[in-house]
Amino acid sequence: MSATLVANVVISGVLTGLLYGLMALGLSVIFGVVRVVNFAHGEMMTIAMYAAVLLFGAFRLDPILAALPVAALFFAIGYALQAGLINPFITRPEHSQFILLVAVATILTNVMLMVFGPDARSVQTDYQLDSWAIGQIIVDKARVYAALCALATTAGLFAFFRFSRTGTAIRACADNHLGARIVGLDVKHLYALTFGLGAACVAIAGCMMTLLVEVAPSLGPSYTLLGFVIVIVGGLGSMPGALLGGVLIGVSEALAGLFIDPSAKSMISFALLIVVLLFRPQGLLGRTT
Amino acid sequence: MTQPKRISRRQFNAAVAGLGAASALAPFGIARAAGKLKVGVLLPRSSYEALIGQSCQLGADLAPAVLKSMLGVDIELMNADTESNVNTARTRAERLIQEGAHVLVGAFDSGQTAAIAQVAEQRGVPLVVNIAAAPQITEQGYKFVFRNFPTAGELVKNGLSLIGDLFQATHVAPRKAVYMHVNDTFGQAMTRGINALLPRLTQLPFKIVDTIGYDPAAKDLSVEVSKAKAANADFLLLVSRLNDSIVLRREMVKQRWHPMGLISPGSPGLYEEQFSKSTGKYAEYCIVNPPWYNPKAELTGVVEAAFQKRNPKEKFVYHGLNVGYTFEAIMIAADAFKRAGSTDPKALADAIRATDIQKRVMLGGPIKFNPKGQVDGNQSACVEILRGRPRVVLPEYAAEAKPVFPWPEYKGA
Repeated sequence: MSATLVANVVISGVLTGLLYGLMALGLSVIFGVVRVVNFAHGEMMTIAMYAAVLLFGAFRLDPILAALPVAALFFAIGYALQAGLINPFITRPEHSQFILLVAVATILTNVMLMVFGPDARSVQTDYQLDSWAIGQIIVDKARVYAALCALATTAGLFAFFRFSRTGTAIRACADNHLGARIVGLDVKHLYALTFGLGAACVAIAGCMMTLLVEVAPSLGPSYTLLGFVIVIVGGLGSMPGALLGGVLIGVSEALAGLFIDPSAKSMISFALLIVVLLFRPQGLLGRTT
Repeated sequence: MTQPKRISRRQFNAAVAGLGAASALAPFGIARAAGKLKVGVLLPRSSYEALIGQSCQLGADLAPAVLKSMLGVDIELMNADTESNVNTARTRAERLIQEGAHVLVGAFDSGQTAAIAQVAEQRGVPLVVNIAAAPQITEQGYKFVFRNFPTAGELVKNGLSLIGDLFQATHVAPRKAVYMHVNDTFGQAMTRGINALLPRLTQLPFKIVDTIGYDPAAKDLSVEVSKAKAANADFLLLVSRLNDSIVLRREMVKQRWHPMGLISPGSPGLYEEQFSKSTGKYAEYCIVNPPWYNPKAELTGVVEAAFQKRNPKEKFVYHGLNVGYTFEAIMIAADAFKRAGSTDPKALADAIRATDIQKRVMLGGPIKFNPKGQVDGNQSACVEILRGRPRVVLPEYAAEAKPVFPWPEYKGA
């Protein structure tokens, strides 16, 4: 097996993993602050993919540019969803939250089926099938753009949480819910804001994903599952952990496909999940509670 | 003012005698004579096989009018959705028979068809299979099950033979193939067939240098395509489904892999409308050898005209396979009904067994059932995407264009 082949596969795995990481980032942010596991995460991303496809169809808007309006829309939807539907469940048992979000996921999938039908849809940009050749190494342009977008979004989100007053307040909520309320922070508003940010992240990931994957209503559950695997490996609630988990899963799947069998790709990511759960249950970059 | 018409004593007696005779003769099937043939059509019109089930349904829908003008028989369709589920297929078949279906047609999927075949055999109602390739459907010794579709073994054999014909027609002899297949029941069955048949087909000049199976739900095939490209094969032999064939073709472009061509021995995907829509110009010159309709047959023209009249927005070429075989299944039932002059299931089954239909939509010899209830000699076509749509390039008698192989962009190994 040539070194070029291995290099090609690893690069592809890293780029795909960064995008996976962005997708999981939203899930991680929401759990890290609101302590609600969003079981409708994959379905939300699928809707974002449809939004990008529709914008491309109507205005020939590139999915990279479409990510901005779609993220803004998803921020508003996420905010409303948290404020209107999920907030009353915050203090309820976890199984109630689980059922609520599974119900949301099921409704979203069926609405997509009714509206868009079962057929797959896609965008076709000029650069989508282009690649750069660096010697014998081929680098997929769309994957590079998507990965750069993932890095930029993560950096932006990190800066927001680190340097803005609202971000600091959200982190305070995450660290000590009761303390945040005592000092007068509007926790419900901050939770809704966080859910909105998580939804915006998944919207950007969805728009980028349309450059690589055709969208169909059935995609949602598999992305939700993938998101869970990534955040558990990286550490639930940790932003760098989500990116690291994404890259690890992307690369390990790629190498498993190369050295073992392509059909064994998912098996390897789940094996990695089990190993992490056994030896570092809080995830690679997660904190013990 | 007119007086209400009274029934005379003689008329009343005659009516009573007629009713009595009908009741007495009913068990012998004589009272079922003529009238209308009720055809229970079982197809997966919802869930994951909905796309193809609905495509087959278009063939069923046009059949009554076309067959009325062809054979002069009246057909009533009783449609049932199997919901792409084996158990639902079984219960729907039971219900159709209870509701008076004289013959069943269906059901695209081998698993569902096998379940319906059991019901048909138990209840003694003929089943004419439109599409289903699992060999065991006609290997159970059933007396009421008939199939006008190639078995999986025939599909592979026909598909591989056509690859040999293609190389002869284009005067090219590739030596190495890399084989990629979707890793589901269908893909594995095709792989077993290819592995068993390829060594025996000595006219084929190539050897498989690597075999790569992949997940049917794969959204990313970059690793698989990297491996296939690294095999340095002359061409890609592919058994795929629709979505994976799109992902795979795009990945080939991204990775700048330009082999002599991409040839499928007869799987879905490449000839479907979505493939051409999604891959655009990169769909051109992809080749697939599925069972296909004869574009030059007289009956195809009739069916295509009826199809376009009913579905002006659809393109027949993307439905021809499903429409053609479903139409032929109903035509077999209608033809048997005409000859039997009865809707009695046994009489219908006997008449189906004696079928000899020469004029067909699909490629192949006349429709004649062997003792197992299987039509032998259904053929495949070598279909190439040319100028934006699938076109038959082989066999020559049905060809709409000349085959192009290798791809024009191929620059040699």
